[in-house]
This record gives sequence, structure tokens and C-alpha cells, in this order.
Amino acid sequence: MKTSASRLSSNPLNRLGSWAIDTVSDLGRMTLFMLQAYRGCVRKPFRLAELLKQIQFIGAGSFLVIFFTAISTGMVLGLQGYYSLSKFGAEGMLGSAVSLTLIMELGPVLTALMVAGRAGSAMCAEIGIMQISEQIDALECMAIDPFRFLISPKFLAMIISMPLLTAFFDLIGIFGGYMSGVTLMGVNPGSYIEGMRTSVTNHDIFLGFVKSLVFAMLVVWICTGRGYLVKQIRGAGFGAESVSRVTTQAVVMSSISVLIFDYLITAILL
Amino acid sequence: MSETAIEFVDISKSFIDREGQAQTVLDAVSFSIPKGKTTVIAGGSGQGKSVTLKLILGLLRPDSGAILVDGTDVTKLRRKKLEEMRTRFGVLFQGAALFDSMSVFDNVALPLRERTRQGEDEIGERVMRWLAQLGLDGHEEKFPAQLSGGMRKRVGLARALQLDPEIILFDEPTTGLDPVMTHEIYELFARTQQQIGFTSVIVSHDIPGVFKLADEVIILEKGKTDVFSSVEEISTSSKPHIRDFMQKTMGEINRHHLVQ
Repeated sequence: MKTSASRLSSNPLNRLGSWAIDTVSDLGRMTLFMLQAYRGCVRKPFRLAELLKQIQFIGAGSFLVIFFTAISTGMVLGLQGYYSLSKFGAEGMLGSAVSLTLIMELGPVLTALMVAGRAGSAMCAEIGIMQISEQIDALECMAIDPFRFLISPKFLAMIISMPLLTAFFDLIGIFGGYMSGVTLMGVNPGSYIEGMRTSVTNHDIFLGFVKSLVFAMLVVWICTGRGYLVKQIRGAGFGAESVSRVTTQAVVMSSISVLIFDYLITAILL
Repeated sequence: MSETAIEFVDISKSFIDREGQAQTVLDAVSFSIPKGKTTVIAGGSGQGKSVTLKLILGLLRPDSGAILVDGTDVTKLRRKKLEEMRTRFGVLFQGAALFDSMSVFDNVALPLRERTRQGEDEIGERVMRWLAQLGLDGHEEKFPAQLSGGMRKRVGLARALQLDPEIILFDEPTTGLDPVMTHEIYELFARTQQQIGFTSVIVSHDIPGVFKLADEVIILEKGKTDVFSSVEEISTSSKPHIRDFMQKTMGEINRHHLVQ
């Protein structure tokens, strides 16, 4: 009966309709998935060892990549900031410019993007493979809730790790800005530190913290969710190919949603 | 008449395929699986064998009808009750579905660690005893990827047996095994069943091999089921679709026809 199907899909209105139905049902499944994952966080018995393992993987394992991203971002900011500010003779503002940019904007965003690329893709592939090889069905058959067992520790670990990694990013980035601005370009070290201290308020730090928290929830939700739903995503194909497709999709989708939410949160909270 | 372990009452299930067409897999099917016996569900590819297993476990819900496990309708159970129900089942999946990031020992120990309050010593002792019994001693530190297909099935069987299930479901237990291994796995089933006395439900397309184990055979064909109590009964059946099925699976191959 392939003919009727292809006839259906050649009509643009029908195609739009089926796309809309697919998108809405996909969103519904993702929402249900998220609710089950958060419920799994409070179900007993609690898997502390698994949580620590995941924190180690997401958090400690991302240190190096975060370090390099942060130090180069900070150093570039130091140079760029010095170049722009010196036009107005305001090099003394370098410390506050670098630290505000990092804490409110680049720290949370770049950390989330790096974590999505490194840990998010790995999580998506791991869960996707477990799904297609029936390992998740096997958990359910043993009456082990796959959310509590597998997904929820990843949610918690991500929500704990992301703000910490962001703080680490900010710290290293500010240090990078100091290196290029003060050590290389000769800005007064006192004014760099003092400018930072006077201009960064608790509200700015709070904004950065909220961002990193929201990004953590987005990245872990999309990455684990795409992997878990690998069999139900239309157009993903089958087997190993479907896992590779949804992994790519997960990283792209989580990166884009991080950028969109970055704008929204800034617009609401600034 | 022996007691009934599982009963299907007018179960229908259809799926929407990728072209948007409804495919009926089970069409108002009713049968019962006797307690303590071995029932084989046979049928060609895509005739709903695995779907039947998933329905029993509540991994899928039927479109209509009831599935009674010891008189309780699993299609109406809420999550919590369903989990309780599932602890009475042991399942051996087609690809064994071992957790590939865990060692053989951890795989077998998992249901005990998660579902019982036994201490690590007790669990270790029990797991090692089972591994030895299934000829897997010395392999407990290995990972599933390092095992042969037959060994993986045995690990899967060991894991399925840990919570002393009343009913064991085998999904295509011999797919991908050579005839010697297949025979060995069947012998293992028969031995463990004698020992523990569980009800076993085997889904298989290994025809006629799996009939050696069966007390009762259910043939799924075109959404309908036929129940037979012996292999002889199948081969002498007068129903055209059963004759056709037997011809397709056990009949002679006309090689002259191919040569010409």
C-alpha cells in the first residue's frame, strides 16, 4: 500500500499536517520523559554510587576542556577589551568588562555548549544503544525503573555539575583576561581587580547561576531524552544509524536551545 | 486439566507502520498457558511472537481484551502493581540484553542487589553458584562483549533465574547459535525447569527443533492462534493454514524444480 502513502505525502497540506502531528506528539513524549526523570530523582532506593560516577564523568571529566575554552576566551576578551577600551582611555575598566561578560554571558553559555558536546553526546549514545539492544526493556522486566536506575542520576549529576563547571570557567576566564590584559598589555593590576570588585553585583552572579542551572536541565533533558526515545523518533532509521542520528540531533538541539534560552533569561532577568 | 498460568482473552493489537497503515498483529486471540509446563509460541517472522511476550509483561498494551496472569488482568495494572507483577517473571531476551558496561557477575547480581535486601556476601555466593551450574565459572569478571553468543544466553538465563521467577519467558533463545549450542541450551532449559518447576513460555522460529521441549504448541499465523498439545497433532492437522505453515517450515525443498 505504498502508493497511497506516497500520494498522501505529495500533498503539501497533508505533509504539513503530519509534520505538525509528529512534532506535537514528540514534544508530548519528551515532556512525559522529563516528568518521569524528575520523579525518578526522588524514588528510592537512591543510587549514590551511580550519581558520583556521573558527576565524575560530567564534572571532573570536563575540567580540561573547560579549562582550555575558558583560558582562551578570557585571554581573547582581555586583548579585545583592552583594544576597545584604550580608544576611550578607559583601560582601567578592563577588569569589570571581562568579569561581567564572563559571569553573565560567556561562562554559562560556553560551558553548556562544551558539556553538551562532550558529555551530552556520550549520554545520548549510551542510552540510545541500551534502548535498541533491549537493555532498557530488560530493566523494566526486572521491575527496575529505568528512570531511577539510569536517567535520573544523570539529571542530578548534570544539575550539580553545570553550575560548578560554570564557576570554574568564570574563574579561569577572569584569570586569562588578567594574563593578557595586565601581564601582556600592562593594565594596572589594582584597577583590574578593583574594577571587577565594584562592578560585579550579587544579581549578576545570580543571573549566571540561573542560566547555568537552566542550561543543565535543557542539555540533560534533550540528550538523554533523544537517546531514550530513539525508537520512536520518526525518520531516525534503525539500529546503529538511528543512534548516530539522534546523537547529532541531540547536540544540535541542545546547543540551539541553550542559545535561545540564553536570550530569554537575559531579557527577563536583566 | 492443569492450572492456568497465563490466559489471553480476545486480545487484539495493531500497529501503525511508517506509511501510516494499520497492521493487525493479533486479531481477537484467546489461549491459555498451563502452569509448570513448557509452551512454545511459534510462527513466521512478523507474526507477533515478540509482541505476545511484551503484552504479557505489560511493556505493550493491547487495543482490546484481557491478559490474566493468575487471574489478575495485567492490562489494567498501574505502574506499581505492574512492577510487582514483573518480579514474578524472568525474561531471556533475544540478544540476551546484558548490560554491556557491567561484568558478567554484576549482570547476574543486579536483580538481587536492586530487588532484594540480601547482603553482598549472600548475593556473591548465590551468583557464583548459578554461574558454576550454567558452566560459566571463571568468566565472572568478563564483560558481555568478550563472550560467545551461547555464553551470553547462559548469562541471560542466570540473570533471569535470580529472583526465583514462577514464569520464564524466552524470546528466540537459540537465534544465532549453531545446532550443538542450540541442543545444549535446550538441555539446560529442561534441566533447570525440572529443578525449579517454573512455567516456561518459549517464543521461537526454530521449528521443529524447539518442539522437543514443548508440552504445548501455539502457532501464530495471520493474527490468529491455534493450540496443539503435541507435535503429531500439528502434523496431522487438517486446517489449511497449519498445513501450509508446516509445509513452509518442515516440508521438503524441491531441488529439481530449482535446477530446471
